[in-house]
Amino acid sequence: MAVTPPGADVNPDRYEVVIGLEVHAQLRTRSKMFCGCPTRFGAPPNSQTCPVCQGMPGVLPVVNRRAVEFGIRTALAFHCRVNAACRFARKHYYYPDMPKNYQISQYEEPLAEDGFLEVDVDGSSRAIGIQRLHLEEDVGKLLHEGTIETAKASLVDFNRSGVPLMETVSRPELRSPEEAAAYLRAFRAIVVYLDVCDGNMEEGSLRCDANVSLRPRGAAELGTKVEIKNLNSFRNVERALKFEVARQTAALAVDERIVQETRLWDADREVTRSMRSKEYAHDYRYFPEPDLVPLQIDRRWVEEIRAELPELPRARRQRFVSRYGLSLSTSDILTHHGPLADYFEAAVTEFPDAKAVSNWILSEFLRVLAGGDERVLSMKVPPRNLAGLLRLIADGTISGKIAKDVFSTMVDTGEDAPTIVRREGLTQVADEAVLDGIIDAVMAANPKAIEDFKRGKTAAKKALVGQVMKATGGKANPALVDRLLEDKLSKIQT
Amino acid sequence: MIERTDVEHVARLTRLALTEAELERMREQLNSILAHLDTLRAVDTEGVEPTSHAVDVVNVMREDEVEPCFPQDAMLANAPDRSGELFRVPRILED
Repeated sequence: MAVTPPGADVNPDRYEVVIGLEVHAQLRTRSKMFCGCPTRFGAPPNSQTCPVCQGMPGVLPVVNRRAVEFGIRTALAFHCRVNAACRFARKHYYYPDMPKNYQISQYEEPLAEDGFLEVDVDGSSRAIGIQRLHLEEDVGKLLHEGTIETAKASLVDFNRSGVPLMETVSRPELRSPEEAAAYLRAFRAIVVYLDVCDGNMEEGSLRCDANVSLRPRGAAELGTKVEIKNLNSFRNVERALKFEVARQTAALAVDERIVQETRLWDADREVTRSMRSKEYAHDYRYFPEPDLVPLQIDRRWVEEIRAELPELPRARRQRFVSRYGLSLSTSDILTHHGPLADYFEAAVTEFPDAKAVSNWILSEFLRVLAGGDERVLSMKVPPRNLAGLLRLIADGTISGKIAKDVFSTMVDTGEDAPTIVRREGLTQVADEAVLDGIIDAVMAANPKAIEDFKRGKTAAKKALVGQVMKATGGKANPALVDRLLEDKLSKIQT
Repeated sequence: MIERTDVEHVARLTRLALTEAELERMREQLNSILAHLDTLRAVDTEGVEPTSHAVDVVNVMREDEVEPCFPQDAMLANAPDRSGELFRVPRILED
């Protein structure tokens, strides 16, 4: 196997990178594409199948209306033309994950065509063309005894077989691995917002194949393309494409011909490897699926679906900037996940300081969440309770520092902030007489700090504030302590 | 005209191992099927919409409702080889 020298001596500007992505998204229907078997992930192997999804002879598939609806919904979000008529086709090939030796897919008349997806990279935005969007059935899942190369046999679970899949093919308009990853992120955000796919790449709900080629800058013709399969995370997409671009660049530098082939991304070794391609592998002999009659998509149905489209991530991000005065980057993080954006908006209706709410969500909320499911955390700390906590900070009842502890307790116990503050006696000490006494005691106990301060070390004051905060268990109002200490220090200095 | 190489190609795609005699028989049969298409082509289809179905029906769809599956054992019953709850198939990649 030839491994690419990553530092190959070539001018990277000589070639233009051309990438197209095919994204397969499992649709969140309850039942399969052509039969009533459930689509639930994680059931015991081969417990969710029937003769239709196991491809027995003589069965009759029937189209799941909701899958078509989800396809149309996505097509509209991608600004595609929903075709007035579409039909299904048989795509023939032999692989053990597909027992009837053809996959029901769409070929000449897909559900939708000609759209675009806006992608943000490095602060600028580009519309990437979408060539087509079609519906098909997923295939079974293979487990190899060892790796596919060494396995004596493989094992098949057909639970996934027949789960509705939506394939979206981009035009070859992506110009870098980073842009490809950004496309996939934007794609995922939209299908999750649309509630047509759960976007879970670990469970395979969203899968991606990439076509990569290089061409001399300025050339109109596309170079020979290589297809890379097995890209099951954002990280893998970017890394696999970077590797492949480097490999092709190095090959072209020494006038090596790029072979049109399918390569597999090996995430462990971080290389793409040629799949020993079988002869005739791409001769699919498509023909119209005789078991399924054509679909004529009613315009009124399309318009009904259009009317129900939710606000999409980019539009929401823009609204967060204009309506709440948040920065673009803050809005981007908040709106990337629908539930997080919902949480923010619910909290803001209760506590209208949008910046305070977003700061808290971006720091404490996301820290505690640590990549988990925001729905779980928002059950423990509903938006109303976060607003209640922020109110206590705003009216001076507790300090921001204490608030972090209170928040941790809220996450643990599900109680609201006032209950915790009352029970644990965390109310901020803002009584000057009380603080006076504490500050005097702290000053008396730290003569060295006083001396340092007199000699001009202003940092010494900070240390004294810290001591006072410590003496009050963090409950003193820091601004008040600072002012009182300032008064006292200025007196002894003269 | 269907040549022998065409038959070999299709046979390989469909994983059929044909003997010499069968190859020749298939070639003849395929050619006579194509000849029949020439007969069909003589029909005047001017103004007739192409169709892939004999019945004039569209939009047959079902609601997204879960129905009972077949029992796991029943679905695995015909497996030539199995490993627990899984079908077992021979090595996939060619050597």
